Amino acid sequence: MEPLIIAGQPFTSRLFTGTGKFGSAAQMEAAILASGSELVTVALKRIDTAHSLQDDMLQHLQHPHIHLLPNTSGVRTAKEAVYAAQLAREALETNWIKLEIHPDPKYLLPDPVETLEAAASLVKLGFVVLPYVHADPVLCKRLEDAGVAAVMPLGSPIGSNKGLRTLDFLEIIISQSRVPVIVDAGIGAPSHAAQAMEMGAAAVLVNTAIAVARQPEKMADAFRQAVIAGREAYEAGLGTASVKANASSPLLAFLDE
Amino acid sequence: MRFESVFRQYSWNDVKAAIYSKTAKDVEMALEKKQRGLEDFMALISPAAAPYLERMALISRQLTQQRFGKTIQLYVPLYLSNECQNICTYCGFSYDNPLKRKTLSGAEILQEVNAIREMGYEHVLLVTGEASQTVGLEYFMKVMPLIRRHFSQISMEVQPMDQEDYEQLIPLGLHSVLVYQETYHEEDYRKHHPKGKKSRFSYRLETPDRLGLAGIHKIGLGVLIGLEDWRTDSFFTALHLDYLQRTYWQTRYSISFPRLRPFSGGLAPKVDMKDRELVQLICAYRLFNEDVELSLSTRESEKFRDHLVQLGITTMSAGSKTNPGGYAVDPQSLEQFEISDERSAATIAAMIREQGYEPVWKDWSPVFGG
Repeated sequence: MEPLIIAGQPFTSRLFTGTGKFGSAAQMEAAILASGSELVTVALKRIDTAHSLQDDMLQHLQHPHIHLLPNTSGVRTAKEAVYAAQLAREALETNWIKLEIHPDPKYLLPDPVETLEAAASLVKLGFVVLPYVHADPVLCKRLEDAGVAAVMPLGSPIGSNKGLRTLDFLEIIISQSRVPVIVDAGIGAPSHAAQAMEMGAAAVLVNTAIAVARQPEKMADAFRQAVIAGREAYEAGLGTASVKANASSPLLAFLDE
Repeated sequence: MRFESVFRQYSWNDVKAAIYSKTAKDVEMALEKKQRGLEDFMALISPAAAPYLERMALISRQLTQQRFGKTIQLYVPLYLSNECQNICTYCGFSYDNPLKRKTLSGAEILQEVNAIREMGYEHVLLVTGEASQTVGLEYFMKVMPLIRRHFSQISMEVQPMDQEDYEQLIPLGLHSVLVYQETYHEEDYRKHHPKGKKSRFSYRLETPDRLGLAGIHKIGLGVLIGLEDWRTDSFFTALHLDYLQRTYWQTRYSISFPRLRPFSGGLAPKVDMKDRELVQLICAYRLFNEDVELSLSTRESEKFRDHLVQLGITTMSAGSKTNPGGYAVDPQSLEQFEISDERSAATIAAMIREQGYEPVWKDWSPVFGG
């Protein structure tokens, strides 16, 4: 499997994970380790930023192969997002930020206007910006122009486990993107993750499906395998699906007669 | 358009009759649906749903885990004052109830804050009676900055205020406001609130509108269970929630289900709600609304709270004192109501962990505003 490179940083795992919704910090740690994930997103609002060294959640993420990706979940405007990112940079000593602006608390759908504005400001401030967005191909191009390091379009509403409902638009985004495309939300089963990877997504981010599983650690491993399988299939070159078998050259066979 | 104009389209008696005429078939249809509306909610809180409680509980648990994970958020009330000019027939702080009145000073607040911080809390709920001379906007403006620097999230359960007042408090760190209608039965409301500003039914009814317009992050709704028919009152709460979510779509909502508790000199509940019925109500809310936060206070018993962790609740208080100064300054003073679950915050956190859930102390950052 080819390594994934985002902003110069190589990743051998293309499965990114989250830290919310787990029944305990120990369970979260075990699942993340089983997933093989090297990029783990953490909500700034859950961290004790003043005493980040003593923070319970962070203590369970102290592994040399795990990079933390703080996210701005909870902010409603570009201004708040920029402020939150600066706080996260100080508390976690990373300039990577998962930009999430969802003013709608019901479906947590991202606000495209505020996200674009915040992304542009954060890039100027030296952040490596990974924005969570709708599967909107034009918005993804605009963000790319603003200098983001990757785009993170949703497969379906976050936490919904519905899979790739935005399939047609994800295909367009992947086909025209110059930055890695990470399918971020709605992936509910390893088969969804494999499907995204087969399509050419650079990575997927999975949280709810792992955290809420009866056995999170086992589910994390299942996702690990699915992401590898999907990616390898993509790299190997998938055949096109066909309803019935094609004869080798039925229309031009007369030429050889 | 404010909620009152929606509310006026419904009659209490018609709603009550509609709920009590729901059948097993209505309940089954509601259970089958993916998106449930107010009619379904009526079926789920109706007597006809009683035999379906186990199934409701299963769905409620699954939906709650999906949306909130295996987590329970913890908060604690900080009573700042028991001064009150309202007469409320069911409340220990009622104006006509003879007890020593007290409003905490800045220094006393800090003593209480320290005691609460030692329990591990990051989210605090400020509570007062309604006495605008002593605990009005001016007082809140003064104490909010004192308290804010010690906590990640501040909620308030105080008298309803004007939109402009909320607009001044939000930048100081006010995240959430709880304002319970007590009952949506207007005549009964007047009987239970004969004196004081609280007697204004409509002003209270439109408080969530004023909060929504002010841009608050979260609004808490509820009725005091025991004053009137809980099913009808809960329908109106759900109607209110539905209206608010559509109107102020950037705000989060929470529901509480306080059952009338005994207090010194107090009123006995007119309507008794069984544990089984409260479970039904909690599950019905979850089936009706997947993202509303559902809160269970220390009014409820240990056993009941232990079992509810997995059934739809998202938020709990623990180690609560309902008297101003109760944590450190004056622990012996008279409470607003009797606590039923007296276990400490640490014990509750351990109980939550034992069930495979994570107690969440902090889920907000003051940098987000509010």
